[in-house]
Amino acid sequence: MTALSTFLYRRPTLYVALLLIPPLLWFGTVYLGSLFTLLAQSIYSIDEFTAKIVYEPTLATYKQVVTQRANVDIILRTLSMAIAVTIACAAIALPIANYMVRYASARTRALFYVGVMLPMWMSYLVKVYAWRLILAKQGILSWLLDTVGLGAALDAVLRLPGIGGPSLSSSYLGMFIVFVYMWLPFMILPLAAALEKVPESLLQASADLGARPAQTFRTVTLPLALPGLAAGSVFTFSLTLGDYIIPSVVGAPGYFIGMMVYQQQGTAGNIPLAAAFSVVPIVLIMIYLSLAKRAGAFDAL
Amino acid sequence: MRSRRWNQPSLGARLAAYAGLAFMHLPVLVIILYAFTTADRTYEFPPPGLTLHWFAAAFARADIWEAMRLSLSVAAVATLLAILLGSLTALGMARGSFRGKESITVLLVLPIALPGIITGIALLAAIKSARIDPGFWTIVAGHATFCIVIVYNNVVARLRRMPQSWIEASMDLGADGWQTFRHIVLPQSATALLAGGMLAFALSFDEIIVTLFTAGHDRTLPIWFFNELFRPRERPITNVVAVVVMIVTFIPILLAYRLTRRGSA
Amino acid sequence: MSAAIEFRDVSRVYGEVRAVDRVSLTVQAGEFFAMLGPSGSGKTTCLRLVAGFETPDSGSVLLNGRDVTDDPPYARAVNTVFQDYALFPHMSVLENVAYGPRVRGQRKDDWRKRAGEMLELVQLGHFADRRPAQLSGGQRQRVSLARALINQPPVLLLDEPLGALDLKLREEMQIELKNLQRRLGITFVFVTHDQGEALSMADRVAVFNRGKIEQLDTPRVLYTKPTTAFVARFVGSANVVTGELAQRLSGRAEPFAVRAENIRLRAPATAPGGDTMSCIGDVADVQYHGAMSRWQVRLESGEVFAAAVPDTNANGEFRVGARVRLEWSRGDAVPLTATEAS
Repeated sequence: MTALSTFLYRRPTLYVALLLIPPLLWFGTVYLGSLFTLLAQSIYSIDEFTAKIVYEPTLATYKQVVTQRANVDIILRTLSMAIAVTIACAAIALPIANYMVRYASARTRALFYVGVMLPMWMSYLVKVYAWRLILAKQGILSWLLDTVGLGAALDAVLRLPGIGGPSLSSSYLGMFIVFVYMWLPFMILPLAAALEKVPESLLQASADLGARPAQTFRTVTLPLALPGLAAGSVFTFSLTLGDYIIPSVVGAPGYFIGMMVYQQQGTAGNIPLAAAFSVVPIVLIMIYLSLAKRAGAFDAL
Repeated sequence: MRSRRWNQPSLGARLAAYAGLAFMHLPVLVIILYAFTTADRTYEFPPPGLTLHWFAAAFARADIWEAMRLSLSVAAVATLLAILLGSLTALGMARGSFRGKESITVLLVLPIALPGIITGIALLAAIKSARIDPGFWTIVAGHATFCIVIVYNNVVARLRRMPQSWIEASMDLGADGWQTFRHIVLPQSATALLAGGMLAFALSFDEIIVTLFTAGHDRTLPIWFFNELFRPRERPITNVVAVVVMIVTFIPILLAYRLTRRGSA
Repeated sequence: MSAAIEFRDVSRVYGEVRAVDRVSLTVQAGEFFAMLGPSGSGKTTCLRLVAGFETPDSGSVLLNGRDVTDDPPYARAVNTVFQDYALFPHMSVLENVAYGPRVRGQRKDDWRKRAGEMLELVQLGHFADRRPAQLSGGQRQRVSLARALINQPPVLLLDEPLGALDLKLREEMQIELKNLQRRLGITFVFVTHDQGEALSMADRVAVFNRGKIEQLDTPRVLYTKPTTAFVARFVGSANVVTGELAQRLSGRAEPFAVRAENIRLRAPATAPGGDTMSCIGDVADVQYHGAMSRWQVRLESGEVFAAAVPDTNANGEFRVGARVRLEWSRGDAVPLTATEAS
């Protein structure tokens, strides 16, 4: 045993290779292999008449994705939802994170941290389902609004095109609420971490020089917390972009990218189209990542 | 404390913070409440009455048990694979530099960085191309990949925090590589390994996004649940299953969190 | 009789940095050997090369005549006391000390007994079942010492072991370590950046700078006859005189060093004594250090000399700003053979 140990000790590269080969084999075949298959499929196309995959490289499928009106609608719809959710999450997370870091006592802050992480640990599907219940036609939210007399207001909002729908649980507004709820912890945690890095002395200096709390927040805290916001936004953006469960469960009739991918591979069996569609979020996320990196997101992760 | 005077939060700020926190916990409480409702067809609120009837009904359903069994076995196998391959990876990547190390680090981030749908459709494309029948092992394949990453992250963080001098001291005193691993490295990283394993188990049990692509005709508990959302047979039973899923996934994660916190203290 | 440790032209390179640059040295059996130098000078790397935690990129390391260059640490008859003590937190103090015998296959009863004895030796018998976290810094240090010595190594390496201790404890430990080494009769190799420590404890000292040994001698020779400007400044700070001033004072172009305590203060008007060197300057600063004072004198040409002068009334006549003549015997000017490339 010692001889083997010494043998490997003298050959560190061999030792590392032996350790990493089994997991890399797995990763290579299962994960990378499937990713390459996906990319390969996206450059094939489906024959419209036989509904069979044509194994000849072509860019026609991609063209279909980016030029057909319906498809472009889908992409834009998903993109705008992702951006809206990101902005809303940032707006809600800021007061919470700021309170946690600046004003809360040490014990309260610990409570808040656990309180923010707890929902993250809850089952994803159960949370989505819970919102379905809350948003349902006779569910909690409508009961609440009826009780305070805002029932009519809700109906009016639901009749608005673009965000409304037959009921909250099948509208864009409902979807929006659920997305914001789901990804809020992902925005709060990096933001709180970034805010913690802002030294108290800077805020004291600002107050000393005459700025009121709101001004200090706007001119000192916010710019310094930007990396945290950027890091959190990476999560909210990419998670919304690729999600298909929430649009299906709490969804309006309009399709989202994720749903398109799921649907195309299912009944239509159009794997090339599904593959091409799924490349879109990858590209969008890469673009977003480079923007976020410029804003310092990677330092805050 | 006097120094806090100038920095007191406004009532509005405090309300907003606590309201936000409460908002984040509301849905889960709702689910628990609905599991006890007597209404069987609607989601009406307030619930007309409370009962334990649906718990009994759920326990009697064979299809739920089958789905539960599948979920548990997939999670167990995926976790085992993850512990094995994840620790090997962590041991190899903890220290030192070699050609390709950065690329491997990127590779290990991908399963978490890319949206689940990408992993799902990619696996499906691969399954179809290789003409494999989707089933138990295709589900495990999908889960094990991100489970490995979870265990790896936990263990490698612990290994990197371990002072190099411990390993050197052990070897200096006469222990060879294997003995050093057995007496020093393993006991010190046991909690990280356990925590990673529990996290992996919980996330595998709860997984739906990738599993919908790789399961074929099999149904894990989340898939059963998902189908019920669209063609509900007995709504309250769905609520009961929701509570069960929540408990099964929440407890390991909580334990894992406590473990890692104690380890790093 | 082979040397306990021998380095033959050893180099260790990290990318562009030559941490150890073609170093050769021998350490005799039974010596208390010190490796002295500032951080980054290569002394710690050399220690690690002896222990086996690093492998040289060129050259060879020999222990007792045997080439151990490729041997892992567990195959070398050398034990180390680490700077951070490196005690295993999940084992008791007794189990820590017993680690060496245990992994070498001794029976449980045997290693428990031996470890107990070692702990008694360092006066920590009562702490056998405690955890390292429950011990003070000084106690931990003694545990790591016991742990290293239980294997009865012919060579003990100590990596700045006293750095974390406060002054009083450090001075006590210095005496204890010296006594221990004398009693055990084994070779100690000690790494430190504290020149006072090295001078007071070691039989011989190697002064490291930028990966090379600038001088290897007994403490007395290092102090009185430094060979390079770096050694002169690092070991008991001396005044290094170079260039024009050196030419003017000594008549030769080579730089030389003169220790602060060898410089006397005289009134500018008095005549210099025989066989001495002199120069005139203004007092820039005086620091009172109790038994003696440290005077900073600036010459016209700009150089600043430091003089360490016993505190007597006679020096009351010189105040800050006053003109003064510095004088030292010609014999106290130590010629330096190489200037540091700074």
